[in-house]
Amino acid sequence: MQRIFEKLLAIDRRIIFLVIFLALSIPIFLGIKINIKVTDEVQIFYDAISSLPSGSRIMVACDYDPGSEPELQPMAESGFRYFIQNNLRFVIIGLWPQGPMQANKALVSINEAKDEFIVENGDTLYFGTDLIVVGPDTARYGIDFVNLGFQAGNELVIQRMGSSIKAAFASDLRLGKPIEEFDIMRGLNQLSDFDFIFNLSAGYPGTVEWVQFAVDRFHVACGAGNTAVQAPQVYPYLDSGQLSGLMGGMKGAAELEKVVGHKAKATMFMVSQTAAHIFVILFIVIGNIAYFATRGKSGRKG
Amino acid sequence: MHLSTEFGVWVAAFLTIGITSFLYKDNPFYKFCEALFVGISAGYWFVSLYFQNLLPKLFDNLGITRMLGLSEDNGAIQNILAGQWDERIWYVLAGILGLMMLMRLFPSIGWISRWPLAVVVGSTSGLYMITYFQSNFLSQLQKTVIPLIDLNKISALAAGGSLDNYFAAFLGNLVLVIGTLTGLAYFYFSKEHKGAFGFSAKIGIYFLMVTFGASFGYTVMSRMSLLIGRLYFLFGDWLGLIR
Repeated sequence: MQRIFEKLLAIDRRIIFLVIFLALSIPIFLGIKINIKVTDEVQIFYDAISSLPSGSRIMVACDYDPGSEPELQPMAESGFRYFIQNNLRFVIIGLWPQGPMQANKALVSINEAKDEFIVENGDTLYFGTDLIVVGPDTARYGIDFVNLGFQAGNELVIQRMGSSIKAAFASDLRLGKPIEEFDIMRGLNQLSDFDFIFNLSAGYPGTVEWVQFAVDRFHVACGAGNTAVQAPQVYPYLDSGQLSGLMGGMKGAAELEKVVGHKAKATMFMVSQTAAHIFVILFIVIGNIAYFATRGKSGRKG
Repeated sequence: MHLSTEFGVWVAAFLTIGITSFLYKDNPFYKFCEALFVGISAGYWFVSLYFQNLLPKLFDNLGITRMLGLSEDNGAIQNILAGQWDERIWYVLAGILGLMMLMRLFPSIGWISRWPLAVVVGSTSGLYMITYFQSNFLSQLQKTVIPLIDLNKISALAAGGSLDNYFAAFLGNLVLVIGTLTGLAYFYFSKEHKGAFGFSAKIGIYFLMVTFGASFGYTVMSRMSLLIGRLYFLFGDWLGLIR
């Protein structure tokens, strides 16, 4: 037994990598479904957005890059889909340069139109960019949503939007038009004119800054989706009521998919995630048993 | 199996495999991908910062691009020369501070870069002094002043509730208060950690350990998620094995 434990402690790390690789890969092909329980954190977020009246305007702050795509992109897609289905209008911004591009990618992904474009009153409208189709619902650029792009300056951008959105974002990302020319921006002069902020964050600047500046200073309700690494850092804001809901990592994304009624990638990935977690827990337990077993033996020998 | 025909997908797959090959052992394939990543990142940030910061905020606002014939819009310099006050001229101060920062490239006058650095440190401290005090101290402190046993939740339990509700009603607030007090005790170093005080500090350590454990668990989850994303890309987008 002692020898087995010693071998376990000296196991080649590449074997562990292989086991994790298999634990993550195999479930992708099996199509297993697992039941996901919606936690209070995600329910609070859903309650907050579902209580918004039709036509409300939401700021979607995409503060992440492709590195965090597996965790945050499903949240963006679920959020946009829900907003469109419930006639909630949204303004996309990013404190990270690639954030607004990730938002565009999410919109293309949720678009269900088969055609590439449509000609309407002489204007060519491209599906996925000018016009998003989700089931029987549609969202049109400039009226139901707009992408204002990235602005450098981190938390100072939020601070500036507190007094003037125009001062922080003069024009939009897609057309380069002044923001006041868009229907959705009418009456949106400062941050407090928004009904809700949906922040997707992978680090700095992100949820912490939105809470400190937008929530506590300008009193706008904010719900957040975070990478799992960042989630423990922002949990205190949830308990204190400064955050209106929190989705942490892929699990949070899967819960959001369940609560909005459209199971997608995050739900599918949770099987792989669960399998890998089981193996990690097993490794920790076996490693500890082996460590204490061999330590006792060597102590007696000594 | 439907292999991707997109060049970009093949490049991404090549780089993904190259970077993960380090898990087996260090190799030239990994080194190449790593160097490429570092180089492209540096180039991307340089271009991004120029076109999103320097060009619109400094050169356009001051009117330097107008002077060079690269823009048709007047900047602050043109407006002021025409007798019209333009507050964007203050960007010149930011430009000067930026130039002073670059002086660190020349060792003999490198000390000049300390001045703009002092401005950054001073203004950031001032900004955060208020926000952290409000968000991370006052608000958190306010929400720690709570009844040990939540009577509202207990009355809600009369209508039936799950184990979560029982925890929320009887233990949730208690854990929060004990965790806060013992955690503070651990970080109080003006009194020796002995006796009852030492015991509470030790309880505080356990709370900290649970916190670190939760953080570690979340980190593991996050890294697994990223790997799942890459595997899904390899099996789905690249090899076409997933419908």
